[in-house]
Amino acid sequence: MMRTIRIGSGAGYSGDRIEPAVELAEKGEIQYLVFECLGERTVALAQQARMKNPDSGYDPLLEERMRTVLPLCAAKGIRMVTNMGAANPEAAARKTAEIARSLGLSTLKIAAVVGDDVLEACKAADFPILEFDGTVRQLGNRLFSANAYLGAEPMAEALRAGADVVITGRASDPALFLAPMIHAFDWAMDDWNLLGQGTVAGHLLECAGQVTGGYFADPGYKDVADLARLGFPIGEVGEDGSLLLTKVAGSGGAITAQTCKEQLLYEVHDPTQYLQPDVVADFSQVTVEEIAPDRVRLSGGRGTRRTGTLKVSVGYVDSFIGEGQISYAGPGALARGRLALDIVRERLKLTGVAASELRFDLIGVDSLHGPQVSAHANEPYEVRVRVAGRTETLKEAIRIGNEVETLYTNGPAGGGGAWKSARDVVAVASVLLPRELAKPRVQFVEG
Amino acid sequence: MKLRELAHSRTGDKGNTSNISVIAFDPKHYLLLLQQVTAARVKAHFAGVAEGEVVRYELPNIAALNFVMSYALGGGVTRSLALDAHGKSLSSALLDLEIEAPSDHS
Repeated sequence: MMRTIRIGSGAGYSGDRIEPAVELAEKGEIQYLVFECLGERTVALAQQARMKNPDSGYDPLLEERMRTVLPLCAAKGIRMVTNMGAANPEAAARKTAEIARSLGLSTLKIAAVVGDDVLEACKAADFPILEFDGTVRQLGNRLFSANAYLGAEPMAEALRAGADVVITGRASDPALFLAPMIHAFDWAMDDWNLLGQGTVAGHLLECAGQVTGGYFADPGYKDVADLARLGFPIGEVGEDGSLLLTKVAGSGGAITAQTCKEQLLYEVHDPTQYLQPDVVADFSQVTVEEIAPDRVRLSGGRGTRRTGTLKVSVGYVDSFIGEGQISYAGPGALARGRLALDIVRERLKLTGVAASELRFDLIGVDSLHGPQVSAHANEPYEVRVRVAGRTETLKEAIRIGNEVETLYTNGPAGGGGAWKSARDVVAVASVLLPRELAKPRVQFVEG
Repeated sequence: MKLRELAHSRTGDKGNTSNISVIAFDPKHYLLLLQQVTAARVKAHFAGVAEGEVVRYELPNIAALNFVMSYALGGGVTRSLALDAHGKSLSSALLDLEIEAPSDHS
């Protein structure tokens, strides 16, 4: 008989709801529970936190998630894999061990995967930035972090060595799910088709609620029941890579061919070349089949040899953004909103605010897609004026919101609810690192 | 009729690139999507948003198209001035595209 494992997806982003993971641990009949909590920029922000305090830099919800889920997982022998280590997997593992001890679970084996921090390697070489013209060196002292997207191997190694909890920093999201498959089925790291089909599973599961009806509902066209109790997905994976997606019976949401197709293409560019650290996955031949309510089979994922490089997110201080908003309503709201924007546009010039980029929006009219796409929209009852600009200093950024706020007494009639902000922008860009320059390794901490 | 009547859609983001899937509710309308929802039309539809090229990928197995729009996210998700920095709402804009109804549609 073919061996299968059931992997639950306990979180799709850092701030995600906690109770679906509890439901999965209690009723999902799963052997693995994966928490994907690390966004593109989150690891850079976490590096900044670690610079201020060497014991921090891991996910802010780690303690709450672990306290809630560890006892349930320990009782059922469910093993956890997560990237909640963010910029400091070792500290996250120590913290988890401390929590385990306090819960009387000191026999749990907790492992950290380290080595995704490749800042020194990136500084020593001078790699080109993928998103814009320039190199790592040209970022100068604005550069403060570089983290490589690691593959599944070190996480699978930790599982092989008996880890009950594997905590990594930057790793490819699908790899968090691929690791249990590689471990459970002893998949070869050059069986490209298996790794490609395993990546389909990881990709469908990594955003949790996005495949069970979240980011999907459109009343009258795509109705989803019980979103307030949205359940998270379970991937039932066979040793041949076969994949069935399902969820806990009675949980909210739905898994259908439609939800799976949308998630299959989410954040995918060329579907024949979905670049991963472990494989170049090919989603182009995937078929999707509803075999029962909330049970969907996905087949046909393939793969080719992995590339010689790893994608690296570099974090850098980009600029400052100043912003202001104010609302107008009733007859003539649109005209007064436009007048307000004209006034601020002129004021920013008159007062010489140094902004390299400015944006003038009417929320409710054209703020999401710009005046051209929104040209045929009807006149709304209310509009919200929004002005945002990019500056080199915080002082200049503050001036932008101020020029919106002064519309209260200096602008069109009936402006209300003014709001302003100024913030620094930590941005990330990508470079490609020769894979041998990243040296991941596994460290166990005492439970 | 609006594209919304025949297809559903989801937006994803990576850096300054947005991808938008267009998936036929009924696979028999895939050919119609293929003919009418071209990269050129999508680029024109997103005037002022998609500053770079628009590439279309075809997935007949799931009756879907995938549009990849470069320079479409205001300089990139992590630095954009836009209210919707991820471009999550772009899929809804694409479903507003006017298309000719299929002959079987009543």
